[in-house]
Formats: sequence, C-alpha cells, structure tokens
Amino acid sequence: MTTDTRVHQQIFPVGVMLLLALILWYALAVALNAPGTIERVLTPRGAWDAGDLLAATLNAKRPLLPAPHQLVMDIWNSVTGWPVDSPRNLLLHTWVTASAALTGFAMGVLLGVLLAIGIVHSRTLDKALLPWIVASQTIPVLAIAPIVLIILGSLGITGLLPKATIAMYLCFFPVTLATVQGLRSPQKMEMELVHTWAASRIHTFWMVRLPSALPYLFPAFRVAIASGLVGTMVAELPTGAQAGLGARLLTGSYYGNTIQIWSALVMASLLGLALTSLVILAERLIMHNRKEAR
Amino acid sequence: MSQIMYAQEAEVVPLKPITVTTRPVIKVRDVNVIYPAADRPVHALSDINLTIHQGEFVSFIGPSGCGKTTLLRAIADLEPVTSGELLVNEMTPSEARLSGAYGYVFQAPVLLPWRTVLANVMLPLEVKNVPPERRKEIALEQLARVGLKGFEKKYPWQLSGGMQQRVSIARALGFEPKIVMMDEPFGALDELTRDNLNQQLQQLWYHEQRTMVFVTHSISEAVYLSSKIVIMSPRPGRIVKVIDSPLPAERDLAIRDTSAFLHLAQEVREALVEGHHDH
Amino acid sequence: MKTVIPGTLPLLGALLLLMLSLIQLAGQSPVPLAQLGLNLLLILCALSACSAVLSPVRALLFALTLAAGALWQALLPLHGLTLGALALLAVVSVQRLARAPVSASAVAALFGLWMLGFWQMLVSGFDVPQVILPAPLAIVAALVESADLLAGDILQTVIKSALVGYLLGSGLGIAVALMIDRLPFLQRGLLPLANLTSTVPLVGVAPIAVMWFGFDWPSKAAVVVLVTFFPALVSTLAGLKASGKLEQELMYCYAATPRQRLRALRLPVAMPFIFSALKVNATLSLITAIVAEFFGSPTAGLGFRISTESARMHMPVVWSAIVVASVAGSLMYALLVRLDRRVNFWHPTVRGTAAEK
Repeated sequence: MTTDTRVHQQIFPVGVMLLLALILWYALAVALNAPGTIERVLTPRGAWDAGDLLAATLNAKRPLLPAPHQLVMDIWNSVTGWPVDSPRNLLLHTWVTASAALTGFAMGVLLGVLLAIGIVHSRTLDKALLPWIVASQTIPVLAIAPIVLIILGSLGITGLLPKATIAMYLCFFPVTLATVQGLRSPQKMEMELVHTWAASRIHTFWMVRLPSALPYLFPAFRVAIASGLVGTMVAELPTGAQAGLGARLLTGSYYGNTIQIWSALVMASLLGLALTSLVILAERLIMHNRKEAR
Repeated sequence: MSQIMYAQEAEVVPLKPITVTTRPVIKVRDVNVIYPAADRPVHALSDINLTIHQGEFVSFIGPSGCGKTTLLRAIADLEPVTSGELLVNEMTPSEARLSGAYGYVFQAPVLLPWRTVLANVMLPLEVKNVPPERRKEIALEQLARVGLKGFEKKYPWQLSGGMQQRVSIARALGFEPKIVMMDEPFGALDELTRDNLNQQLQQLWYHEQRTMVFVTHSISEAVYLSSKIVIMSPRPGRIVKVIDSPLPAERDLAIRDTSAFLHLAQEVREALVEGHHDH
Repeated sequence: MKTVIPGTLPLLGALLLLMLSLIQLAGQSPVPLAQLGLNLLLILCALSACSAVLSPVRALLFALTLAAGALWQALLPLHGLTLGALALLAVVSVQRLARAPVSASAVAALFGLWMLGFWQMLVSGFDVPQVILPAPLAIVAALVESADLLAGDILQTVIKSALVGYLLGSGLGIAVALMIDRLPFLQRGLLPLANLTSTVPLVGVAPIAVMWFGFDWPSKAAVVVLVTFFPALVSTLAGLKASGKLEQELMYCYAATPRQRLRALRLPVAMPFIFSALKVNATLSLITAIVAEFFGSPTAGLGFRISTESARMHMPVVWSAIVVASVAGSLMYALLVRLDRRVNFWHPTVRGTAAEK
C-alpha cells in the first residue's frame, strides 16, 4: 500500500508537472522562434502554412529557444559522435568542470572541518574568526573569482587548481558554519556525562561531538557542492579557458550558437544533480544505521 | 509570588444570576467512536448515552484512554462519530460549531504569540464579524472578569501559565456562548494556581449559569466544580456511573473539608476503581 | 598543556626574536637608533603582558606600547625579526582580548585591524606587485578616485539588477505559494522540482537571458528573478504548513473561513520562514547580478567593472569594487535582519536575543 500511495502522492503529480512543462516548452519554442524563422526561412521560400511554421520553428539553426528534441539530439551527437578527449565532446567539458568542482569541494570540506574544530576548541579563534566567517555569508564571495584567477595566474598556477581554489572558497563557508553548529550541538547533559568520565578533549570529540555533528554536515555538503559547481563554472569564464562547461557557455554566447549554450546548460544541470546525488548517497551510507528518535 | 500576582487582580465582576431551566442542551444517544488501527480497531467510545441540561456543570473523569477527551471533542465537532446520535441545541455538532453555540478551552492556552493579550481575546470576535468597536469593549470586559485587567498590552510569553490559561478562558467566553467546553485546562499548572482558578471558574459558573462540560483526571477538582460527575472507564471507552452532586451551587474552597465533599469524593473514587476492575 | 600565562609561547617567541634583533642591529654600522628604540619598546610591551591577570594599568601599557610599536614599524623600513616579534605580540593581544568579557565583535574587529595593518606593512615593505595584492591604502585611494564610477555601478548592479530582481523574484515566489496553497496536487508536483533547482547552476542562464532581454540590466534582473523565485516558493510553502495542530483546531472551532485562517494564523506563522528565504535571497541576488554581468554587460555594473578592470590588471579598482559590493551586500542583509526582528518579534529565536520578562 505504501508504494501505491507513493506513486499517487509523489510521482504522479511530479510527472504531470513535467509533462505540462514539456508542452509549455514546445509552445514557447514555437512562439519565440516564430518571428525569426518567418523572417529568415519561411518568407524567402514563398507561401507557408501552420505545418511549415511548426517544422521550421522546432528545427531552427539558431533558435531563440531550442526545442527539447533539438537539445537531446545535440547532446547525443556531441557525446557519441566525437572521441572522448575531443573538445567537441560535451563529456570532456563535463569532466573538466566536475573534476575541478569535486577537488574544490574536497578541499573546502577539509578546510572547513579543520577550521570548525579549531573554532570549537579555541576561544581565541571562536571570537576572532567566527564573526568574519558569518559576515562573509552576506558578501558576494564569487565576485573575487577574477582576482583569484589573476593572482594565481601571475604566480604561474593555471588549469584545475585555480578553479578548484574558487570552488573551495565557496564550499568552505557553509561547511565551517554547519560543522561549528554541529560540533556544538550535543546537549548539555551528554557533555556533562562524558565529563564525569574524565574524558579528554580528544575523546569527547570522537565520542560525542563528531557523531552529533554529522546530521548538520550533510545538508551543508549539499549546499556546498552546488555552490562549488557554480564557482567552478564562473571561474572558467574570465581567463578564456578552453575547456569546461562554463567556457562552453561563454563561447556559445560569443558565436551566437544558442543550441550549444543550452546543451552546456543542460549538462551543467545534470552534473549538478549527479554531484548532489553523490552527496546524498554518501549521507545514506554513513547515516543509514541511525534512526531518528521520534 | 502568588501573593503579588493575586494582589494585582480586579474583583471578579458578577452578573445577575439567570433562572435555571432543565432543557437538555446536549444529547448523546448510543454514540460510538471507533478508530481503525493496524491490528484491531480501537473503541475510543462505546455506546455512550448521556444528557446534559442547561446550566449544569458536568465533569468527565476517568483514567487515560477512557474516552473523556474523545467524548468532549466529539461534541465539539473535533472528532467524527462512527455511529449514534449527537445533538447540541437540537443541531448536529457541525451546525452547532458553525453557529457559535459553544466555546472551547484546550489543554494548552493556545494563544497566538504575535498578538497582545487583548488582541488574542478579540480573535474569535473578529472571526465572527463582531463590529470593531464592540470587539474591544467585550474583550476588556472578559479580561476584567477573569481578573486580568491591566494586562491587555502584554504578550502571551510575558505571562505565567496560569495567567495564559485565564486569557484562554476569557477568549472562550467572549462571544457569550451558552455552552463552554474545557479539556483539562488546569492540568499543567501548580496546585496553588489551580485552586485559585478553580475557585474563579466556580464563581463564574455560579453567577452566569452557563452549561459547562469539563474534562479532568483530578477527583477533587471534579467534585469541587461540578453539579454532575460522569465517571468513565477505558477499553472500550464507556460511562461507568453518573453522579448528581448534592453540594450547593455556591461554593468556596473551604467546602473541600466538609464531610459531604469527602463523601462524594469517596463515591467517585469507588466508581473509578470499579470501572478499572471491570475489564 | 595548561599554561598559566595565556599566550606564553608567542610571548617567549617574541622576546627571543627581539633579543636576536637587538643583537643583529647592534652589530650594524651605523647603528640604526630608530630600529633599536622600536625593539626596546616592543620588549617593554612583551614584558607588560607577562602576567596571568592583567591589571588595568598593565593592560593599558600593553595596548599603548603595542599600538605605538605597530605604527612606528609601519613608518620605518621593514626588519624581518622585528616584524615577526610584532606579529607574535599581535597574536597575544587577540588572545588576551578573547579571554576578556568583551563581545566577539570586538575581538573580531581587532583581528581584522591587525590583518589590515600587516597586509599594508608587508605589501608596501616587500614591494609586492599590485597584480598580486595591492596595499589597503591603495585600495582606499582607488575607491576615492573612482567614486562616481562606482556609484554608477552600484546603481546598475545593486539597484536595477539585484534589487528589482530580488523584489520581483521573491514576490513571485511568495505569490505563487499563496496561489497553490489550496491546491495540494500542484504543491506535490512543484515542490520536488523546486527543490531540484537548488542543485542546478541557475546562473548559467545568464547568456540566454542576454539573448532574450538584451545586454542591459533587465537580462541580469531576469536571472536574479529566476534564482530568487524558488527559495521563496519553497520556504513560503513550508511556512504555510507550519501552523500547530491546536491552533488549527482553535480556528476550526470558531468556524473561520479559509481566508480568515490564512490572515489570522497561517501567515504570521509562515513569516519566519518567508524571512529566512528573503535573507538568503538578498545575498543571492547581489552575487547573481554580479556574476551575470561576467557573462556580458554594457558599460557599467560591478561585475562588469571587476571583470574588465582585472583584465586590464587595474587591481586596486577591482578590489575597491569588491569592497563596495561587500558593503552593499552586508547592508542589504543587515536591513533585512532588522526587519525580521520587527516582524517576527514573537518568535523564540528572535526573543532569545532580546531578554525580556
């Protein structure tokens, strides 16, 4: 009965919404592409009817809004039609972006967790550093991406590392804050209990703080990986990077190749979903034996 | 602290006593409330028969799971009745609710924290579209009646538990319902506050002659407040005994030491134990 | 390892470095008297901190000698050992302040001040190329110089792109949530999709927006609308579901209409949720506007300024644009926090900060 209700409650409405969205997309594609195609394709040909309009707008060369099937075909061609290491293959770009984002994420998580441990255990760091980290949430961190790239570039560091650095910078703020909150989350009574056992700080950390912190970490990881991906793509813009989804977006917009832009965007969205799913998978694996006491 | 709190209160404003009629206002006939559960259906209420007359103070008392709250909620249209007939003022509970026939006081004060005390008391008056000028008048009156004059501009979290519950009572009385239903309203309070509120409630009933239906698990509270005590028992929820109280309508806390009171309390206790042994 | 004097290690380190420095300076000819004097001052400073509890006199002595020493070093040519000692004494100052009963903001401010000071000294002292890191004073100078240019950028990015997009996007999100409030089917269909969009780099639609809406601010505002819409929608829906059971039964007992229920109960309960989304959207809108400008913009805007000036290697201007953006972002956020405190004064989290009763 639960699977039945699940289908009815969750999958069915979502499915209906997706279908509606698809229909809307097609309708919009016809509407938006119509002026351009009428002008450039249909009128030179002579008389045309609704069928011609439909065919033309849904298969335009430089559409304002590509039809879904055009995107699917373009991605398919790009992924299967070219060798994997060719810059024409979207998979290469996806891999470039993904590797930078994941590296940055890993670095950011490491830095964030270490910093959080320091903050929780040192009054100095807590008072001196934490307010700045909290305040940094309100400043547009990503705006410094060009600066970081130029600084690292002039130091001779190019390629994956600058992008990963920017991703790391974006990841570590939510991770630090969530880890601090999590490490501080054990109830007073739990801490007092461990104290009566004369547990050292290290023992307290492993026995009480870290396990309590885990439920706070994973939501932050999800936010962090999404931010890291955005950061990586933005980092691919300024210095004329050749590879990566962000670069693909940019070159597409320079040459007016709309389908290329959209394909890159779709791949980026899929990548975002994939990366977040990885985090959710990790969460399920690590926390699977925890039951919430409800 | 209690001393200071009470010193600030105004006198409870008494109304002219209304002549008591013996018209039945709540009729419960063969009512069953059954919940479908995983293994066996739960008989929260089983074949309940009861008549409550205008002006009575009726207490439902019994151990956990005896259905006293369920019965109250069924009358208030908060629980669906599986079978049987339930009439409030000759209407179905739903119609009674829509016509504003009763006021309901929950176990918790349920005050909206973003409204002042006065605004909270005005809430049902707003919902029932009482004209704005009258709303404020009525609310101030009610607050004075429960002894909270001067606390209008305070927020709920600034008041003690007992005071919050008094605001809740003032709110329930605002649109002058003839029937007031209360679900263990003083359960979460300390004994001194409870005694004081019991006395105020008793005075309110005596002077206004509203029909009160009161759920409690305290024998002394039931005996002190009621004119009729309904003893219930669980599994399945049913009425074990209905006792009419011989105590006078006008009472004070001293009555708790009289032999009549103790005798009645003993009777209630025996009925409860009997109900407990019955299954 | 428990130390009796807080910051023993840095203090010892500082004294050691100062001793070495004195020896080195004494060996030079001609003996640099100013440097010697500075070192002696810092030794006095370190000694004044050598006690477990600082009396007001000692604390004042420590603070004054340290401040004077820092200023003096800033004016003199850099000396490695002296600078190291100064850094260690700075650490001690932050440590001791952290132990004092002052707010975290004071300690953070001191820390920030030291960072700025050392930044300035190191960059000017070691002649770090502007490309890598300009000195704080250079940034301030660039700020003042390009003030009117930056003002135009603020108008373009902050006011036109970010603010308009923010109001429109958040407003639409809240409105749609209210519209589908009584349509659970639509809620169940849209909510998972809305949550999915948070994993997707929505900023990537910027080039498409440029294609559709042109190069000017409307295209950036459109991206901001898209990005802020979903958090507002999700949070408002969550807030509308958050009313307590007893409160809902109360309204039921009063036979309240759905509209009355919304106004009297469900909207106030939803406000904390809505405001949390508004706060998140505030920072999100500014950063989205700036990043959207990286993808193509007319001749003004903070993002435009940052990307073009960094391409031209005019780093002080870039940094000043970033400072302006940060201040703008913090102001927007602070304003919202204030508004949040006023509207949601009743919520336990807001009440917890202001002691009452």
